[in-house]
Amino acid sequence: MSSITTATPSATPPVITTDKLTKRFGQFVAASQLTFQVYKGEIFGFLGANGAGKTTAMRMLCGLLKPSSGNATIAGYDVYTQTEKIKQRIGYMSQKFSLYDDLTVSENIRFYAGIYGMSTPRIKEKTSQLLQELQLEKEAKTLVSDLPLGWKQKLSFSVSIVHDPDIVFLDEPTGGVDPVTRRQFWDLIYHAADRGVTVFVTTHYMDEAEYCNRVSIMVDGVIAALDSPTRLRQQFGYDNMEDVFYELARNAKRKAD
Amino acid sequence: MITVTNIKKTYNKGQVTALKDISFSADKGELFGLIGPDGAGKTTLFRILTTLLLPDQGEANVNNYDIQKDYQQIRNCVGYMPGRFSLYQDLTVEENLNFFATVFGTTIKENYDLIKDIYQQIEPFKDRRAGKLSGGMKQKLALSCALIHKPSVLFLDEPTTGVDVVSRKEFWAMLKKLKQEGITILVSTPYMDEANLCDRIALIQKGEILSIDKPAGIVKAFPGDLYAVRASSTHRLLQNVRNYPNTATCFAFGDALHVTFKTPGSEPTALLDHLHKKDHPDVAIEKISPTIEDCFIHLLKN
Amino acid sequence: MNQLLTFIRKEFLHVFRDRKTLLMLFGLPIAQIVLFGFALSNEIKNSRIAIVDYSKDAVTTQLVNKISSGNYFDIQRTLQSATQLETAFKKGDIRMAVIFPANFSTDLVHTGKAAIQVIADASDPNLATTITNYITRIVNDFNTQTALTAGRPLQIVPEMQFLYNPELKGAPNFVPGVMALVLMLVCTMMTSVAIVKEKELGTMEILLVSPFKPIYIIISKLTPNLLISIVNLFIILVLSALFLDLHVKGSILLLTFDSMLFILTSLSIGLLLSINAKTQQAAMMASLMGMMLPTMLLTGFLFPIENMPLPLQALSNIVPSRWYFIIVKKVMLKGLGVTAVWKETLILAGMCLLLFAISLRRFKIRLQ
Repeated sequence: MSSITTATPSATPPVITTDKLTKRFGQFVAASQLTFQVYKGEIFGFLGANGAGKTTAMRMLCGLLKPSSGNATIAGYDVYTQTEKIKQRIGYMSQKFSLYDDLTVSENIRFYAGIYGMSTPRIKEKTSQLLQELQLEKEAKTLVSDLPLGWKQKLSFSVSIVHDPDIVFLDEPTGGVDPVTRRQFWDLIYHAADRGVTVFVTTHYMDEAEYCNRVSIMVDGVIAALDSPTRLRQQFGYDNMEDVFYELARNAKRKAD
Repeated sequence: MITVTNIKKTYNKGQVTALKDISFSADKGELFGLIGPDGAGKTTLFRILTTLLLPDQGEANVNNYDIQKDYQQIRNCVGYMPGRFSLYQDLTVEENLNFFATVFGTTIKENYDLIKDIYQQIEPFKDRRAGKLSGGMKQKLALSCALIHKPSVLFLDEPTTGVDVVSRKEFWAMLKKLKQEGITILVSTPYMDEANLCDRIALIQKGEILSIDKPAGIVKAFPGDLYAVRASSTHRLLQNVRNYPNTATCFAFGDALHVTFKTPGSEPTALLDHLHKKDHPDVAIEKISPTIEDCFIHLLKN
Repeated sequence: MNQLLTFIRKEFLHVFRDRKTLLMLFGLPIAQIVLFGFALSNEIKNSRIAIVDYSKDAVTTQLVNKISSGNYFDIQRTLQSATQLETAFKKGDIRMAVIFPANFSTDLVHTGKAAIQVIADASDPNLATTITNYITRIVNDFNTQTALTAGRPLQIVPEMQFLYNPELKGAPNFVPGVMALVLMLVCTMMTSVAIVKEKELGTMEILLVSPFKPIYIIISKLTPNLLISIVNLFIILVLSALFLDLHVKGSILLLTFDSMLFILTSLSIGLLLSINAKTQQAAMMASLMGMMLPTMLLTGFLFPIENMPLPLQALSNIVPSRWYFIIVKKVMLKGLGVTAVWKETLILAGMCLLLFAISLRRFKIRLQ
């Protein structure tokens, strides 16, 4: 299990670089010696059992949690000293969408564009572009609470990249939606990646791991495997990612979240 | 054991329809799955069957008791694990279990046999507060609490949501064992791949049942042929296959695209040629048998 | 029975494991009483007063000198006529005015008896009582002194007049007020939050689906708060005896009985609030806005009810704390017995029964 595969050399420059990134809470090592790179425009799956240290790692990368040791740069900025700069260059979406139910679709877009300091004409332009892409033009004045779940999720994703970030972090973005909407959601992710946005995503759906260019699997605070899904399947001799994951995670010692 | 006849339920004085006209039945000792996304009406159905809500129309029986008239008898013989059930965070594992045992008028000792296999896995942590447990362990404790009074029918509303693959596998193994004890289990899940682990399933969406059958039967009912298309640059492939005129549906499934054609019985060779021309030298096509998720998508499209 | 005991035990575990709530529960009454104790014990110095002397003779000059000699008062000499006084009071420039009538010395010479008028701003009743007491003491001193020199007894009588709050409501009223407020708050808020918490957790669904009777749920939710409230009641009584020298003059038994009635009424209100609230936050808001505000405003311990507009006076009749407040004042401060409070007790008992019956009826055996 110690066979950490080296990252696939990529044609694009890295936007996330970590070197022995570690977080301790007292005696407890939540994330240990994480070393990996994520490249521009890549879809990077970040998998792990409950309590493996995914959330801790993601918080460090977003600049929300100070690492105990090691180094990391996000979009060229240091996670120790330049967290404010990092926040300008990243987007974030979690399963509990960050949209305001009592604001309309366009008001939500306007608000999020506004907090990233975009100018008013730029916000207007971006809003209409976004509504068009999502085919939500007719719903611009609809309250978010009246939208179906799938639309909310798609809107939430689009809002998280409204400020054209270098990287977007998605924390279990597709929980609970129907299979068709789930795939439409991935279409959006592909589209964003095509435009050069790096997508860093966690999920419990193992088939979604297959959509990623590369996936890492965390077990007990360390990265136990990191490669493209195809190569991971070959390496472990299974025909699907679920069995690969099960093989790695079932012997996990840590079960606390 | 469970019969549901023409159940209808609306909220907000009829403005929101949660269940349209639901009918099905589950036999004794059956593991029956309700498969559908959030908002399909699964939770409403569970609440009606556990006597927490009254339907607008229709009838339902659990264990031969009427959900409306005999709600007290039903409450005595069912076990229920609600979707957002998270136990008392400030009580320890043992205190939680003890509490629910007493509420149901029994003791841990009396029914220890039934929960032994499950509870033993969390027993080392019995003095830990429930709030400090991991998702998988919480779920095991919740199941123990739902089983502690030896119910004859078990209702589990999305027990595996948000739980990792390892815990999910363990959980389904536990359900299999309970089934052998003769307990009827109604379980809901948004994960399509878990459908195969049920004896029979109902696919449910927007308050309507799309199909009820054994998983194999549902797969069998999939019309026409399904092909898996693979190539290295998946996203470009997706667009090219979608733009191909004879493509009826095309969805990404892991590393492959699942494709059906408009004209039944049409050969995939034409698509292969088309894709070669579109600069996919490594493209491969094979006929596959559909998964439950393929069937669900197909039923949604109609 | 065992079921019920287990449930009640669980409720106590919730209370004792939540340090913050525990601190609030017992910290609130202590803080209120201690704070008030400090506010009371402060000696009042240099209060601004006015002296209007229409008599202007040797006696009044002597008396004025005596008043101004200590450091109790700061005399605003610019005010020379009674007409200016009213504006000065309204502006808060002066706290008290002493007026010597024109016939002061003639009265004193001819009859040996004369009156001075003392007007105090009683909107702060503590201050008003203290400073009028000072004046009385000074005048009495003056009486004894001059009696010795003049050879015959002189009687200068200060006639007190209190502006804005003639009954001097305040000081001793505060403790009954705190009692009403704390008991109301603990019972209503804690009960509604405790029940709504179970809804939020999802455990309420399990409890309803279990054979456990809904009435047991209610009883077990009420019991800890009932006991906590009784403890709180005695904390307040002990503290006010220690810090404020305010003892229960009447029967403690009667006071406890009526307090129990009030507590049960508040618990029923908490139960009612929990039925419609979906989140703990909503329950909290409902308790604060719906219960604490009327308790503060319409009970009579902050603002005298007699001075309120009629509609508010009428409204105050349905506020349980109003009746409890009257009972506590009568029993605790005036030492009156059952014969004096039977009417209020009956009203409170009626409210308690009514509210409990409504909340029992409305407590749902289902989710909707």
